[in-house]
Amino acid sequence: MSGGSDAVAPSSERSWPLWEVFVRGKRGLSHVHVGSLHAPDAELALRNARDVYTRRQEGVSLWVVRADDITASSPDEKDSFFDPAADKIYRHPTFYDVPEDVEYL
Amino acid sequence: MYGNDVIDPNEPLNAAETADYDAALADGQEAEHRPGDGGGFEALIAADQRIEPRDDMPEKYRQTLIRQIAQHAHSEIIGMQPEGNWITRAPSLRRKAILIAKVQDEAGHGLYLYSAAETLGIDRQELLERLHDGRQKYSSIFNYPTLTWADCGAIGWLVDGAAIMNQVPLCRCSYGPYARAMIRVCKEESFHQRQGFEILWNLMRGTEGQQAMAQDAANRWWWPALAMFGPPDTGEAAKGGHTEQSMAWGIKRFSNDDLRQKFVDMMVPQAEKLGIVLPDPELRWNEERGHYDFGEIDWDEFWQVLRGDGPCNAERIEHRRRAHDDGAWVREAANAYAAKQATRTKESAA
Amino acid sequence: MTDVNQPHQPQAAPAAATASSVPTADYLVGLADDALVYAQRLAEWMTNAPQIEEDMALGNISLDLLGQARALYPYAGSLDGTGRLEDDFAMVRDERQWRNVHLVEQERGDFADEMARLLWFSAYQVELHTRLAGSSDDVVAGVAAKAIKEVRYHLDHATLWVCRLGDGTDESQRRMQAALERVAPYVAELFADDDASVLAAASGFGVLPSALEEPVTRRVHDVLSEATLRAPDAPSWRSRGGREGVHSRPMGYLLAELQHIARSHPGATW
Repeated sequence: MSGGSDAVAPSSERSWPLWEVFVRGKRGLSHVHVGSLHAPDAELALRNARDVYTRRQEGVSLWVVRADDITASSPDEKDSFFDPAADKIYRHPTFYDVPEDVEYL
Repeated sequence: MYGNDVIDPNEPLNAAETADYDAALADGQEAEHRPGDGGGFEALIAADQRIEPRDDMPEKYRQTLIRQIAQHAHSEIIGMQPEGNWITRAPSLRRKAILIAKVQDEAGHGLYLYSAAETLGIDRQELLERLHDGRQKYSSIFNYPTLTWADCGAIGWLVDGAAIMNQVPLCRCSYGPYARAMIRVCKEESFHQRQGFEILWNLMRGTEGQQAMAQDAANRWWWPALAMFGPPDTGEAAKGGHTEQSMAWGIKRFSNDDLRQKFVDMMVPQAEKLGIVLPDPELRWNEERGHYDFGEIDWDEFWQVLRGDGPCNAERIEHRRRAHDDGAWVREAANAYAAKQATRTKESAA
Repeated sequence: MTDVNQPHQPQAAPAAATASSVPTADYLVGLADDALVYAQRLAEWMTNAPQIEEDMALGNISLDLLGQARALYPYAGSLDGTGRLEDDFAMVRDERQWRNVHLVEQERGDFADEMARLLWFSAYQVELHTRLAGSSDDVVAGVAAKAIKEVRYHLDHATLWVCRLGDGTDESQRRMQAALERVAPYVAELFADDDASVLAAASGFGVLPSALEEPVTRRVHDVLSEATLRAPDAPSWRSRGGREGVHSRPMGYLLAELQHIARSHPGATW
């Protein structure tokens, strides 16, 4: 799965890609992660985020980021070394498409 | 406040307006601050700390949560239908606006909850497929029809009331994303429960026809609302059920029976205020226990409806499936457009 | 969100609410009826939209339009001397007293049909409210100023979708093109000058509908070309009569749903 700015053609039979939503409230100093939603592209993601997460005018600034584009550190890391290229935000293997006939990975 | 002309805004009408909610919030905030070295799943649970998406967790814990959170999300989405049914027929513009906002909130809650479930490593599309083919369920309360306008009041008052009673303890659930979603959901739902009470309040102080409508709705929704808390799970009934394991994992904080009793205790005085007679001749205050005694729930009916023999089961799923299938070409178009745009961006950058 | 919780005491509607002799009130009722009827149709999409996020978006647009109607009705009631409030207009009037255009009363089609309707109607509302914000009447100007922000968002939403459907798959383009053809006969009525609008515009109270045709059409056609869609040919017939209370077949059913409960309990409050 390629990441970064290379656009990946989303398949039509799967759902729209996942986006993480960050909101900074009127008096807030930073953006806070509030949840996620599905949208086919950034424009609609932003519009949807406005509808879902600011209905009560809770936020002033909205960020949406493709879940795929987020690289996460592991909270377990005790060493100073960690591999920035490796980790996505969801750790559990079945997040990715696993063929059903493979019993154990 | 019996007999007064107004509903006291300071008097709690649901569990989210009580000290229980504030305590759950405070607990939740404490649970967010984990000791630096984590300590692994068992240690976190023992210390009443939060489990987060990237933590190690037993597979059974993960699966239990996926199922519970997803079914909660499905309930919100399916729950849009019985009330959505009345949007075009709401008897005043104000009620129409309130109802649209409520149904929207339910959609939003579904989305928050699907988000929380997805952090456990499953795709929303997969969850919807499980809903559509029956592998995952939704709250059986939504298998009953909304026959009159007063049903909208009864649903807000009783069904949202019961849901909130269940949800306040979940604000302290061990799984972080679920707990945080619950805090948000509870706040919004407490407004809806109040609106439901207000609908019935106005009906009961209206014409004879309106009063009869309200009483009739309460007659039909009271027992299903009690059944929402799930089958008995204390004493003998506790052995071998889900409750024990869920409590050990910090997913469930109170038993079904405890929550049901709290709910009855809260609702009976509200029914008295409304002037609605609850359809249970055995309902009476028990001074010794300090709680209301109430009659036996018809669990046969509950299981029958849950298994598919309810008035609306087929309709609810069929409606959901149809909306999804009818929308497939739209979703595909959006994906195709995104792909084209991506290609164009690449080409123009080259 | 608008004042959803505003308390309300409806008065009984006057016995015979005839075509009002106050044109400015009639003009406002036309705008309010457009908004309410379209809010009613859009609300039907809840639980039926292609994605849950779209249930929410269409719900938002419906609420905005409902709010516009609720802001205009009581003012119209004070101008025409009847003192009617929002539910007197919404729940008690018979079909021949409604002044909305036919476009907004049509039954829902598929999602492309709705986006075609939303594109034309929201483009019209943007141009309308932009000018109405300069009304000689402060109340009307205020309602318009608030509405501008909302209807720009509605137009944005329609634009996003018309582009995606027009320039998506072969099927979506086919459907979107067909939707534009189906909605075409209802467009001209938005720009038809009726007596009330002419009088309202003359005093600077309202906006002349025909003045909106060119800017609105240009906006819509810009979106269509971006969406790789063809502007339909001039339709062979055009809807008319809405502003005079002569509606089309779906209006009766719409009003039956809208009013049935309220009318079954005359004088009741909810």
